[in-house]
Amino acid sequence: MNFEFTEEQLMIQQAARDYAQRELIKDVLERDATATFPTHHVKALAELGFMGMMVSPDYDGTGLDAVSYVLAMEELSKIDASVSVIVSVNNSLVCYGLEKFGNETQKNKYLKPLARGEKIGAFLLSEPEAGSDATSQRTTAEDKGDYYLVNGTKNWITNANSASTYIVITQTNAAKKHKGITALIVEKDSPGITLGPHEDKMGMRSSDTHSVMFNDVKVPKENRIGEEGFGFTFAMKVLEGGRIGIASQALGLASGALERATAYAKERKAFGTVIANHQAIAFKLADMAVKVENARNLCLKAAWLKDQGKPYGIASAMAKQYAADIAMEVTTEAVQIHGGYGYVKEYHVERLMREAKLTQIYEGTSEVQKIIISREQLK
Amino acid sequence: MKILVLIGNVPDTTTKIKFNADKTAFDAAGVQWIINPWDELALTRAMELKEAPGSKVESVTVANVGRQETEATLRKALAIGADKAIRVDADARDAFYVASQLAKVCQGFDLIFAGVEASDYNGAAVGGMLAELLGMQSVSAVSGLQAEEGFVRITREIEGGSQTLTAATPLMAIVQKGIAKEPRIPAMRGIMMARSKPLEVLSPVDTETRVSFASFDLPPAKAACKKFSEEQAKELIHALRDEAKVL
Repeated sequence: MNFEFTEEQLMIQQAARDYAQRELIKDVLERDATATFPTHHVKALAELGFMGMMVSPDYDGTGLDAVSYVLAMEELSKIDASVSVIVSVNNSLVCYGLEKFGNETQKNKYLKPLARGEKIGAFLLSEPEAGSDATSQRTTAEDKGDYYLVNGTKNWITNANSASTYIVITQTNAAKKHKGITALIVEKDSPGITLGPHEDKMGMRSSDTHSVMFNDVKVPKENRIGEEGFGFTFAMKVLEGGRIGIASQALGLASGALERATAYAKERKAFGTVIANHQAIAFKLADMAVKVENARNLCLKAAWLKDQGKPYGIASAMAKQYAADIAMEVTTEAVQIHGGYGYVKEYHVERLMREAKLTQIYEGTSEVQKIIISREQLK
Repeated sequence: MKILVLIGNVPDTTTKIKFNADKTAFDAAGVQWIINPWDELALTRAMELKEAPGSKVESVTVANVGRQETEATLRKALAIGADKAIRVDADARDAFYVASQLAKVCQGFDLIFAGVEASDYNGAAVGGMLAELLGMQSVSAVSGLQAEEGFVRITREIEGGSQTLTAATPLMAIVQKGIAKEPRIPAMRGIMMARSKPLEVLSPVDTETRVSFASFDLPPAKAACKKFSEEQAKELIHALRDEAKVL
């Protein structure tokens, strides 16, 4: 068994770290306060190759492995999870879904500009009444011959405003329930699409989240991904990989909070010595370090399985559930170690804590991950 | 124009420095190695010159003196965009030894960048020494460089201001911070292509060293801050005069 990274993987990790610690840090607090989309960072990350990391160079991606993706996601998320969720959705939901299941025409037309980062993608699955229960889709796509007529509402859509390319999960045959679900590529500027207001979120405030309303939106048949009825399998397969991205994001939030708490504990004095010398704090840091290391190992294991072409759905569910839950715990402890300073924005850890909360909710709640894991366990 | 950038392989600047038991050598165990920060800025400037519209720069080569384990640092330079790397297979023993090794790789270049110093031993000697060995003109403390037709325009930081001068090539530019704004982050594609770029390994020339290190010591730990209240003016003056001895 080999736990060593390759030279290239280490360089990618360092590149992500350099970008995060040098550039993202500059305006992360301001963008959090004003909920401003990081347009300039997305452009710079695209130029560096982070927006289509795992897409084959044949489709203008970088062709990296999932292990590199985990390393990059962790480093970006240590500083700015709003930026890393934009990277994650584009990479592991939209680009992955198109590359794995799209046809050649769709890949050339839609995947290439997404992999280059010239355009951004969004993945539209959640609905006002269908979140964790993805089978009850109410957005309909009615067959009108050479096009579908799409109607309905999607909720909590990351990149909704900044994206040009949507992948929309629709119901094409309600009688067949989840076997009647179909995935469509929809261009955001299609007539009949309107966006709800920007969601005023607790964390990840620099990413743009909206609901998206479809009112008689015409989508050409050639934009269907796979056959009719393939949409549910498509969504589940894509989310298997998506979980690695969000698990790594949660890992980064936790390890970023641990780094900040460790540095603070070595500086801050109380009762005549730095607080790191008090066992109450030192043991907290030990517990946090073990959790972060466990989360990292789960993320890397899932990524490694994916790279080896082996089944990774359970591994990625475990990584997502565990990393998200410990991200909440570790960031909360980081705030506690910082005391009053942890509760003010300047010290970043309160933001990491707010952002960690979302990793337990989106791309499958921790509870949904446990359904996946326990079903496998009880087979 | 062909550019050569000399690359030092140095410990990451956040490394906790330790020495061996008799304090005669740096303990490299567990150290992460990076491109010397001045050299990284020089490489960034070299890439900017090459990529500028209408650029006359044909190639950027990087070179170092070091064992095989320093190749990761050279490949980072290739990932950033250098076209070719040269490694002289020897330990970097002292400035004269390193300059002597590099002298043989410096032939045929129009512009050679050397960092003003390396962040490990801060010797600040290789660039000047190398220029002397090559009989090449050199300019030190270069903080800006523009390539013009047949010459370069250089900015130097001097006491109380800056100086602009022009110099003919071939030239050794010994560069200071400011030569590039920030070191370039390699793009993913550059990282993936680094291994396919040429990395030539040369055997060292037989040269003596001129310096032997007697011992190393860590700087004394920083004393804790002392705070004085408004009423303690006397104590403050006493501390400044008798303890800190600055008055």
